[in-house]
Amino acid sequence: MAVFDLALCALILLAATAAVAGPGMFRAVVFFVVYGVLIALSWVRLGMPDVALAEAAIGAGLTGILLLGAVGRLARAGADEPEAPRIDWPVALATVAVAALLVWAVLSIAPGPGLAPQVAGMLPRTGVENPVTAVLLNLRAWDTLLESVVLLAALIGLWPLARGGAWLEPAGPLHHALPEGVLAGFGKLLPPVALLVGVYLVWAGASQPGGAFQGGTVLAAAGVLCIMAGLVRAPGMAEPLWRFALLVGPALFLALGVAGLVSGGFLVFPQALAKGIILVIEMFLTLSIAVTLALMVLGPPESGAAQ
Amino acid sequence: MTLDLLRALASYVLTGAGLGFYLAGTLGLLRFPDTFSRLHALTKADNLGLGMLALGLAFQAQTWAEVAKLALIWALALLAAGTVAQLVSRSALVRGGR
Amino acid sequence: MNSWLAFVAVILLGSLAAALWRVWRGPEDADRMMAAQLVGTAGVGLLLILWALGEKAALDVALVLALLAALAAVGFVKATSPDGAGDPEEESPDAGTLGTTPDERTP
Repeated sequence: MAVFDLALCALILLAATAAVAGPGMFRAVVFFVVYGVLIALSWVRLGMPDVALAEAAIGAGLTGILLLGAVGRLARAGADEPEAPRIDWPVALATVAVAALLVWAVLSIAPGPGLAPQVAGMLPRTGVENPVTAVLLNLRAWDTLLESVVLLAALIGLWPLARGGAWLEPAGPLHHALPEGVLAGFGKLLPPVALLVGVYLVWAGASQPGGAFQGGTVLAAAGVLCIMAGLVRAPGMAEPLWRFALLVGPALFLALGVAGLVSGGFLVFPQALAKGIILVIEMFLTLSIAVTLALMVLGPPESGAAQ
Repeated sequence: MTLDLLRALASYVLTGAGLGFYLAGTLGLLRFPDTFSRLHALTKADNLGLGMLALGLAFQAQTWAEVAKLALIWALALLAAGTVAQLVSRSALVRGGR
Repeated sequence: MNSWLAFVAVILLGSLAAALWRVWRGPEDADRMMAAQLVGTAGVGLLLILWALGEKAALDVALVLALLAALAAVGFVKATSPDGAGDPEEESPDAGTLGTTPDERTP
């Protein structure tokens, strides 16, 4: 497999270089999507299937839609293609220096078990069997709470871009498709399967690779597909239900963290209740992540209430 | 012939055939003269290759749950490939050669 | 079995590299998008091989990749439709390139 790993590294470098070196924005975006798939493969080779799941879902799926939509938007607005990239020598030299520093830093890490033994020792007290989930939702729950808030903040940053300032309208343009056509049929067949897979990923994340982010991304993709196939209307901030869905994850997480003050500190979960607490957090966090990502991918409202 | 030997043989033959179909599809992608013929080669050959690969590897599975997952993966890949081929080729047709 | 699977994996990577070339060259955007699809399908195949070689979680990654690989292409056809939200099947081909031979079309 050494040949495989070397070839994979070469392809990753090739795809990354091609993404920034060639003319044409569409070509660059497609190379970026390809790069995402290759990175997901490399995560599996490195023994990190949880990260690979997230990379496959976000990098190959949602980011592709986002960037391709952006390129299409620019083309419709009549933007000029950027001129062929020229090398900016000071930036190039600084980048090479940082890369060399990183390579030296990684090579000088003494081989060893890292933190795995400590985490394995704490595992019975965390309430889950998957060490990654234990770290994300118990040992380092603070980081995950902040991440979910950052996600929400990024979405809020989109709303000022709404056409005519109508940020309460449904997200994105008004999608339409031929009612009995291929896209509509796809939108009827795939989302139920994606729903099952998403729920399975969250549920299985307690004992094998999976988790709230991965499951939430798959659910977001299912929702985006339904909307893009013209089967359902996009959600909008005018409806309290969607505002609740956005907020319930981080809010519940924060509330349970504050409740932990009773048993020892912020975000400290008592051992007897840990599994239940983590399960509840994961459920509602998945919901919030799914809705947030779907709204971000669909874009700011532009159905054009106020023209 | 023992069951293990038969299983190994099935795996070798089917994964080899799958690889052959993948290579055929890639050859079509590289050598066919026209967007539409390339789309056609890719959709048919690659997904058949994936199916034979999945079938060959299914003989190495330990549980029926894994075999079911393999079948689901192939079914999803087929669904996705068929849809994408229709949509992308239609889009290329409507755009006119560009 | 393991060395055979490793060999198959390397050849599949070669097929993936060919797709990269098509993304670079493909005269039309549709070529680039379909080459990206090939990368997705080959990626699923490679993940299945990695699963058979011992990484048990690779099967779930393959499932997610197979599920979501089509979405980028759906995003592509949406983005290239006239209003950014349409379906290519709603438009008629008009003249387009239907009925012409490759030589008659300008590249």
